[in-house]
Amino acid sequence: MSSLRILVGCKRVIDYAVKIRVNAGQTAVEVAGVKHSMNPFDEIAVEEAVRLRERHTKDPASGSPKVEEIIAVSCGPAKAQETLRTALAMGADRAIHVEVDEKQAANLQPLAVAQLFRAIIEKEKPHLVILGKQAIDDDAGQTGEMLAGLLNWPQGTFANKIDITGDNAMKVVREIDGGLETLSTKLPAVVTTDLRLNEPRYASLPNIMKAKKKPLVKMTPADLSVDITPRLETIKVTEPSKRQGGKKVESVDELLDKLKNEAGVL
Amino acid sequence: MHLIRPVQGRPLTTSTPSLLRPTTSQAGPALTSEKYPQLKRNPSFKSLTSEDVSHFRKILSPGSVLSTLATPDAPATEAEELHAYNSDWMGKYLGQSRCILRPKTTEQVSQILQYCHAQRLAVVPQGGNTGLVGGSVPVFDEVVLSLNNMNKIRSFDPISGVLVCDAGCVLESLDNYVAEQDHIMPLDLGAKGSCHIGGNISTNAGGIRYLRYGSLHGSVLGLEVVLPDGTVLENLSTLRKDSTGYDIKQLFIGAEGTLGIVTGVSIVAPPRPKVQTVAVLGVDSYESVQKTFIAAKQNLTEIISAFEFWDRSSMNMVLAHAGTNARDPLADEYPFYVLIETSGFKKEHDDEKFSEFLEMVMEKGFVTDGVLSENASQITMFWYLRETIAEATVKTGPTYKYDVSIPVPQLYNLVLDTRQRLTDMGLYKEGSADYAVKEVTGYGHVGDSNLHLNVVAKEYSPTVSSALEPFIYEWIANHKGSISAEHGLGLMKAPYLCYSKGPSMIQTMQRFKQLMDPHGIMNPYKYLPAAEKSA
Ligand SMILES: Cc1cc2nc3c(=O)[nH]c(=O)nc-3n(C[C@H](O)[C@H](O)[C@H](O)COP(=O)(O)OP(=O)(O)OC[C@H]3O[C@@H](n4cnc5c(N)ncnc54)[C@H](O)[C@@H]3O)c2cc1C
Repeated sequence: MSSLRILVGCKRVIDYAVKIRVNAGQTAVEVAGVKHSMNPFDEIAVEEAVRLRERHTKDPASGSPKVEEIIAVSCGPAKAQETLRTALAMGADRAIHVEVDEKQAANLQPLAVAQLFRAIIEKEKPHLVILGKQAIDDDAGQTGEMLAGLLNWPQGTFANKIDITGDNAMKVVREIDGGLETLSTKLPAVVTTDLRLNEPRYASLPNIMKAKKKPLVKMTPADLSVDITPRLETIKVTEPSKRQGGKKVESVDELLDKLKNEAGVL
Repeated sequence: MHLIRPVQGRPLTTSTPSLLRPTTSQAGPALTSEKYPQLKRNPSFKSLTSEDVSHFRKILSPGSVLSTLATPDAPATEAEELHAYNSDWMGKYLGQSRCILRPKTTEQVSQILQYCHAQRLAVVPQGGNTGLVGGSVPVFDEVVLSLNNMNKIRSFDPISGVLVCDAGCVLESLDNYVAEQDHIMPLDLGAKGSCHIGGNISTNAGGIRYLRYGSLHGSVLGLEVVLPDGTVLENLSTLRKDSTGYDIKQLFIGAEGTLGIVTGVSIVAPPRPKVQTVAVLGVDSYESVQKTFIAAKQNLTEIISAFEFWDRSSMNMVLAHAGTNARDPLADEYPFYVLIETSGFKKEHDDEKFSEFLEMVMEKGFVTDGVLSENASQITMFWYLRETIAEATVKTGPTYKYDVSIPVPQLYNLVLDTRQRLTDMGLYKEGSADYAVKEVTGYGHVGDSNLHLNVVAKEYSPTVSSALEPFIYEWIANHKGSISAEHGLGLMKAPYLCYSKGPSMIQTMQRFKQLMDPHGIMNPYKYLPAAEKSA
């Protein structure tokens, strides 16, 4: 292929830096009034797509193909559009929002998302799909793999480095336990990003402004004929047990006493 | 990706590591008393004896007294262990105290001062020891009274937002504590992980939330103070309004330990904003920094919570110092950077205002490029650039720090004029490392007319200091500024008070001091110019 169309996934999740709280009914985590932002692995996915484009524009002789279009896709509630605007500000060209209501979004499961992506991919016909290796809210880490399975495409998961050469071939360096593994495959393919693939850029103000004018199309699961009914049931959500704070002791004797009588380790 | 402490907007839950102390040359700084030979030890002060130390050991628990003097019941402490209390954060001052006291209760503080008052032992109160004017460390052999062990929260009322706590609570822990109950401390500064609320009050600290929440003179509702003779002044009021009698607590806000020791604090914490956004902007001239400021004041009025600026030289030092912890957020280099933070309660509302404002300042050409935080980690990263400047300058070299108030239009001229003067004197050449002065840098809280002028030298030397002082103080007096905006006077600026205050003010201050501390044992040699022997 002479030029590449890339599709990236962007999920809106509770901000990485926010302290998570479980709701009173222990059915889910609190989301109301909590800061949300783009899943960090998806930021890496958008960044990688933009870098692939820049690799060609900066040095057409590099062998890296021209990137014709970067499409950002998010399945989520109305506010997922903010996340898509961020992707557009980082350099995506247009966006697709598959809108579900807040309640459905809270329980949108990997298989449903993979099916929604498949439906979009069948229409948009990208050559490369880049997703995060996991979303930091549910930590399921399944969507990319399921999508590759549904499409019957090759997959390069936990990518640490991606190289595409002219003739449809891609090399993906993967992070695996204790080292790296290099895979070669043909496009089209699905890649999922790992932490060290790149360091995402900050969206600049001029680009944030331009992003407001970039096209963003909205659709529903019904438009894509996908049934998003959950297959898994959450029984209970609980917080990890709290760590006890440390204490200072005044003397060795006091330390020994505490080790013996409070901690019971001596 | 950087692993960054959990924040919602600004730091919320975990703590920043205590500030790294920039280490100076291996040999360490020279003794303050040698560096400033004009300072003479006051002969009326008693020299510490092992009986004194024994007495302190009776008041305090054994681990709470560190002394290089042995007593019958305890061996001497290694001098090394006292070093941290004798030397300041910048490595500029070094005292020779032989005794560090770390009381846990107000009653203990009272007993210590009562004794020191009777014995004429001079005392330096010490908080987090992050002060930048040499106020928190002894000059000669003063006893150091550290508030480190007084760090309990006494009460918090979520209805009024009033927090009552010990003076030795670290600012950041207090902020984390009130955050749990949806409140925010009305002040925040780069030293938050180490400085104490008592130290903040004693220096009348400003910092980056000043623009939004104003002065400690407004947010502090009451203080508990141990006076030099041991009397406990109980004024821990939790009332917002109280117009009965002289407002004596105000005297201790900014008294830098010269009138007594603050042991308890009552302070009002505002509701914690739920959404925050930070922009870092690249600006081509100081003129445009001002225009951006005016536009921000007019258009972001109720949501703006900080307006900070720094220059290229500051940015270079931060990036060099930070290594992989930070990167230049903008594609090109700019002579000036502005950081604007908004804080509010409804994201859509704030986003709309902020983005309209940013569009306007870009369209008008005040701002050339910029970045806007998309998540909490980016907020931390952008603030890191501003908050690391102080540390980065000191890591670059011994730093002469001036913290001054100047009307906004003239603010940056002080940096330019200082650069010019040092260049003319052959002490500095921009971009060259071969001169006595490496960097002349300006940054600060423009929103509060507050400039930090930092002169980074190869070493602290009389040549450089005499090039800077009194030049800078005269410059400030000529522009009707203040020689200390928020860092206080300490040892560094005591002799120069006359550049900001007239004789009637200084004399009245001296009379207060005489009244409260007749033997002058509290933090001597600092704060006020030596009194003409008065009646
Ligand atoms: C990286 C950095 C950034 C900073 N940024 C700012 C800033 O933005 N704004 C600002 O205003 N300042 C700033 N400062 C300086 C600021 O003055 C101090 O950080 C802080 O307010 C002092 O608190 P501390 O507990 O460290 O006090 P110390 O340094 O221990 O003491 C300061 C003075 O107060 C006295 N004192 C301390 N505790 C008591 C007490 N309980 N009772 C009586 N007297 C006491 C001491 O004797 C001394 O004179 C910064 C410092 C650093 C190192």
